[in-house]
Amino acid sequence: MNWEVVIGLEIHTQLTTKSKLFSGAAVGFGAEPNTQTTLVDLGMPGALPVFNKEALRMAVMFGHAVNAEIGMTSVFARKNYFYPDLPKGYQTSQMDHPIVGIGHLDVTLEDGTTSRVGITRAHLEEDAGKSLHEDFQGMTGIDLNRSSTPLLEIVSEPDIRSAKEAVAYVKMIHSIVTYLGICDGNMAEGSMRCDVNISLRPKGQKEYGTRTEIKNVNSFRFIEKAIYTEIERQADILEDGGRITQETRLYDPEKNETRSMRSKEDANDYRYFPCPDLLPIVLTQDYVDEIKASLPELPRQKAARFQSEHSLSEYDANVLSSSRAMADYFESANAVVKDAKVTANWVMGELSKLLNQEQLDIENAPVSAQAFGELLVRIKDNTINGKTAKDVLQAMWEGEGSADTIIEAKGLKQVTDTGAIETMIQAILDANPAQVEQYRAADEDKQKKMTGFFVGQVMKASQGKANPGLVNPILTKMLKG
Amino acid sequence: MFEQSISTLAKKLRNKDISSVELTRLFLKRIATLDPQLNSFITVSEQQALEQAAAADILLSSGKGSSLTGIPIAHKDLFCTEGTLTTCGSKMLNNFIPPYESTVTSRIQEAGAVMLGKTNMDEFAMGSSNENSFYGAVKNPWNLDMVPGGSSGGSAAAVAAGLVVAATGTDTGGSIRQPASFCGITGLKPTYGRVSRFGMIAYASSLDQGGPMAKSAEDCAHLLQAMAGFDEKDSTSSETPNDDYISNLNTPLTGLKIGLPKEYFGEGLDPKVADIIMTAVKEFEKMGAIVKEISLPNLQLSIPSYYVIAPSEASSNLSRFDGVRFGHRCDDPKDLLDMYNRSRAEGFGTEVQKRIMVGTYALSEGYYDAYYLKAQKIRRLIKEDFVKALSEVDVIMGPVAPTTAFGLGSKTSDPVAMYLEDIYTLSVNLAGIPAMSIPAGFANGMPVGLQVMGNYFAEAKLLNVAHQYQQNTDWHLQTPTMAKGA
Repeated sequence: MNWEVVIGLEIHTQLTTKSKLFSGAAVGFGAEPNTQTTLVDLGMPGALPVFNKEALRMAVMFGHAVNAEIGMTSVFARKNYFYPDLPKGYQTSQMDHPIVGIGHLDVTLEDGTTSRVGITRAHLEEDAGKSLHEDFQGMTGIDLNRSSTPLLEIVSEPDIRSAKEAVAYVKMIHSIVTYLGICDGNMAEGSMRCDVNISLRPKGQKEYGTRTEIKNVNSFRFIEKAIYTEIERQADILEDGGRITQETRLYDPEKNETRSMRSKEDANDYRYFPCPDLLPIVLTQDYVDEIKASLPELPRQKAARFQSEHSLSEYDANVLSSSRAMADYFESANAVVKDAKVTANWVMGELSKLLNQEQLDIENAPVSAQAFGELLVRIKDNTINGKTAKDVLQAMWEGEGSADTIIEAKGLKQVTDTGAIETMIQAILDANPAQVEQYRAADEDKQKKMTGFFVGQVMKASQGKANPGLVNPILTKMLKG
Repeated sequence: MFEQSISTLAKKLRNKDISSVELTRLFLKRIATLDPQLNSFITVSEQQALEQAAAADILLSSGKGSSLTGIPIAHKDLFCTEGTLTTCGSKMLNNFIPPYESTVTSRIQEAGAVMLGKTNMDEFAMGSSNENSFYGAVKNPWNLDMVPGGSSGGSAAAVAAGLVVAATGTDTGGSIRQPASFCGITGLKPTYGRVSRFGMIAYASSLDQGGPMAKSAEDCAHLLQAMAGFDEKDSTSSETPNDDYISNLNTPLTGLKIGLPKEYFGEGLDPKVADIIMTAVKEFEKMGAIVKEISLPNLQLSIPSYYVIAPSEASSNLSRFDGVRFGHRCDDPKDLLDMYNRSRAEGFGTEVQKRIMVGTYALSEGYYDAYYLKAQKIRRLIKEDFVKALSEVDVIMGPVAPTTAFGLGSKTSDPVAMYLEDIYTLSVNLAGIPAMSIPAGFANGMPVGLQVMGNYFAEAKLLNVAHQYQQNTDWHLQTPTMAKGA
């Protein structure tokens, strides 16, 4: 059977507010357990929530970025269930009246095609604490530092049809929230967590199949792998004539499998109702408009500008605008270089290679955009050639100083004196009379092939410092005698 | 001394006729002598009270302080008090000493009042007779076989017996007004949002409101002045500025328009109570008020609406009492579910469990629309009734309760009869308007309260109306025989 996969995603993004959603406690990762809490986060009797307006602003920014309706009146609701790290016995979330309503996002796939993914809603809610099961001699420890941390849950329509598309969508959301500065996008620390809903249906069928939900998948790679694994599992069951159980599953990256967490029958009845401790949030049009006007440039707008302003290809523009940090680095470096094509090639090429090798984010690159730009300037003004530049970059990476310092200290300056180059070539020709003979006897095609040998010898003799742009014509001229 | 008003005592303290320490000792002695009969206190904080009194004396001798400085008061045991046991009348919180102070108690403390202790109450403020307390029933000072009303029964009994000058209470469906009526004292439930709920252990968040309970309207005005006002820690507290409750007390009532809702005088009302209410209304006519019959057609619906909304909110509010972080935890739980089940089954009393179950049911999938949403619609109708009525009259008057205080144990087996006790008080909470109970006479040997309801934030008007009545009557000055014994 030919199956079509149907995917919808729920992405929890942790907002970068200074304090929690309903209390003044600081938000932060890795602090000593229960040191970032107030009476409110601990769910003490009589404690009351006070809504953080910074989170509201961030949610509205996101709404604008995905072309969504903004909920002019949104309401917090209580989602009731018992769990030891949920101190109040309910999570304050939004149900019937979310802050962000229907919107959409255009996602570009690797093959260059673009598809539109509908956004059902995005709502504000508080995070729970953490249960710690190790180091407590069989007991459970509760850390409430994360309790009441603000989350924006972004729910997509079931518009996604492949694992690749799902990843492209999550990357796009990641890029938008980091561009907006409303989430640090750190998936390893749980700042962005993904629930994936998957079902299969025979190609051409209109009705959706029974879906499963894979909870808390925490990297782009795992999202892709988890989806492939789950598609395979569901297809196997369906092809054997079985039925999919509607359930929540967990992805185990080590075994690369999903396994059942709880079925629908065990699901809680959350008894949602409007939270009586918080008033409905009523927005004015002015407030919403003012936020819209102050939005930063978003990935798609930036990519379009890179194409028109810097004449970059669509591919280059998309890669460079995929993260705000990358785009900022490119633009800062190019402000020095003033040659977008060269800057783009080097950022996407050599710089990305080094970052990948050391698994660094561009924010943490040891070479600043300014210094990187200065290096590229030295290629453009023929002080060094591209090959030498790679070595200089490596030295800069290791902290040996600026491009100019390293070029000076190592004597890497390119030889551009035509007289010196002629002398060098003459020495090579004199040392290889047989090859010169052969060259002169050969036809044009063969001659072209043989040029490489002589160039190699010249570069070797010059320790790579001879300017290849000068070596070639002089060499050809002298070889032809 | 114990029968005197706050303003008289404040004057005596300022004139050094008596010190706050002496006054505090006097009241502590009355508690020690009389409270074993009443059971109105859960905690008496003697040492702390004497320290606060000594501090008040220093403040007073330097000419500083407010009208409450040095005055002995008590708090209903659902206001969190830093370092002092706060039980909410429940075994669940039998060991709970808050590391924080509620806004109400902290403001009253800042005004210089001396806290003698924490008063008994129906568990988690659920009840109309104060028989639902883990710490035992409170007795009515006017007749020890009778209930004091609830849920602020301890505060009402303590004020009536002269064990404190004044006390705080909370009112979710009548819990200040009904015990005030049963015990012959004056009580005010403010507009929802007038008094901060921060640090007040929640029963039903959209209905709960703290307020003053004292012998007179004037004393209530002094206490409310300290309690009321915006609090950034309570998102539902109002930014409307406070009125000056004291200076408005003496405005004449000439031309005051009083509405009498016909639904408040129908079936179920004890005729003797009705007579007392009508006599009181005539007294107002003598003072120049104009009386008009009005209608609040949805009154009957207030009981079903309240008994869906309040338990729904309670079922969620009380989820935090899970044995994990504070409060009662069962012995040797075998797993998490066992810990939840037994901690809550052991920690909560019957009435609390009943309301949690009702609320859980009403909010359940498939029932939510029929119960919770319907109840909210009724709530809007009730509110509209009041808004309409109060556009035509200045205040609405009627009984607080259909009967006088009933016998201990007489209604415990009939929950519906118990719930009907609240028929005249619930709708005020559903609408969010302020209302008072003022002593207006005696029937069956027990006090009867007149209820005065007003528009949103009309506390100053209500206190003015009540004070003028009390200038012309002496019902609020009556003292139960048992109180004279010490």
